[in-house]
Amino acid sequence: MAASPTDPVPADSRAAPHPPPGLAQLFLGFLSVTVVAFGGVLPIARRALVERYRWVTPEEFTELIGLAQFLPGPNIVNLAVVVGGRFQGPLGALAAFLGLTLVPAVGVVLVSVVFTRYGDIGAVSSMLAGLAAAAAGLVIAMAARMAEPLWRHPRLHSSAIAIAAFLAMTLVSLPLAQVMAVLLPAALALSWWAHRR
Amino acid sequence: MSDDSPITALVLHFLLISLLAVGGANAVLPEMHRQVVEVAGWMSNAEFARTFAIAQAAPGPNMLVVTLIGWQVAGAWGALAATLAMCGPTCVLAYVVGGLWHRFREARWRRVVQGALVPLAIGLIAASGVVLAQGAARSVPTALFTAATAIVLYLTRISPLWMMALGAGLGALGLI
Repeated sequence: MAASPTDPVPADSRAAPHPPPGLAQLFLGFLSVTVVAFGGVLPIARRALVERYRWVTPEEFTELIGLAQFLPGPNIVNLAVVVGGRFQGPLGALAAFLGLTLVPAVGVVLVSVVFTRYGDIGAVSSMLAGLAAAAAGLVIAMAARMAEPLWRHPRLHSSAIAIAAFLAMTLVSLPLAQVMAVLLPAALALSWWAHRR
Repeated sequence: MSDDSPITALVLHFLLISLLAVGGANAVLPEMHRQVVEVAGWMSNAEFARTFAIAQAAPGPNMLVVTLIGWQVAGAWGALAATLAMCGPTCVLAYVVGGLWHRFREARWRRVVQGALVPLAIGLIAASGVVLAQGAARSVPTALFTAATAIVLYLTRISPLWMMALGAGLGALGLI
């Protein structure tokens, strides 16, 4: 397989272009991602893991996102665990997890303590109210982005599942466990039926 | 399930939540809200929205809202317990499944499962946005700003940070 030197990225290369990262590199790599990730880690993680460190190829990254979504738990945490585990086993998974969460966890508590202490001051509380409004808008925008494939290539079963999940949680306000117990088997059955042909 | 220790309640709650969190931590926000605000009464509606805003504004994974809830309910141990409950079992699962993932990459059942989980996740995250918007909407201008933020961030590629800063600024000035 002769790769032309003009190819910017060997897209089908399965060999990691860089030597596999060690524990410290995994910790520091995910730390460097997380400390600049305001409002969402995934886009920054992609830039770092694929382009800067080249630990995974673009195709592998897309696969790993699929895996992280398919698994329960926070997506970016799952991604870090899978990447860390692939290179350095359980300790690598732990290093990636701690790199991702340790510093921001302490930071977010400190920020919260400061905000709580000065929360009585009208301006701070008003500022947080404005921040909360923006954060809600961010989630709605993310949902709209994620829903794009649904209205670009509308498929009845996918749309029905998404709308049912939305209505169950907003209009009816059912506990998530009940919603999942009903909708997950229904969604699997519909998806299986749609993939039959 | 009435236990004297809020830490036990936190751990049980976030263990269950984490296993339901298909599609990420944001997909289970309505359920967290239900438990934290309506069932346990650990926080008011506005406090919950504010806690989420702080977790969004601070750098790092958005699931750190769990750490903050733990902190506010039961201090440092609460923060640690809630975070580990949210991440521990699912990390082990992710580690095990991640090792097997390549083997099944072409399997048909995997596409079927993804075909079911992706729309579920989309519906749940959209519901999260609505639940948060309701908590944040203290006035008509606030609600309008949430809508404007959603539209701007959907249509453009600008960093969400700009809209967060704008919201904080407008809020501090008493404009929204």
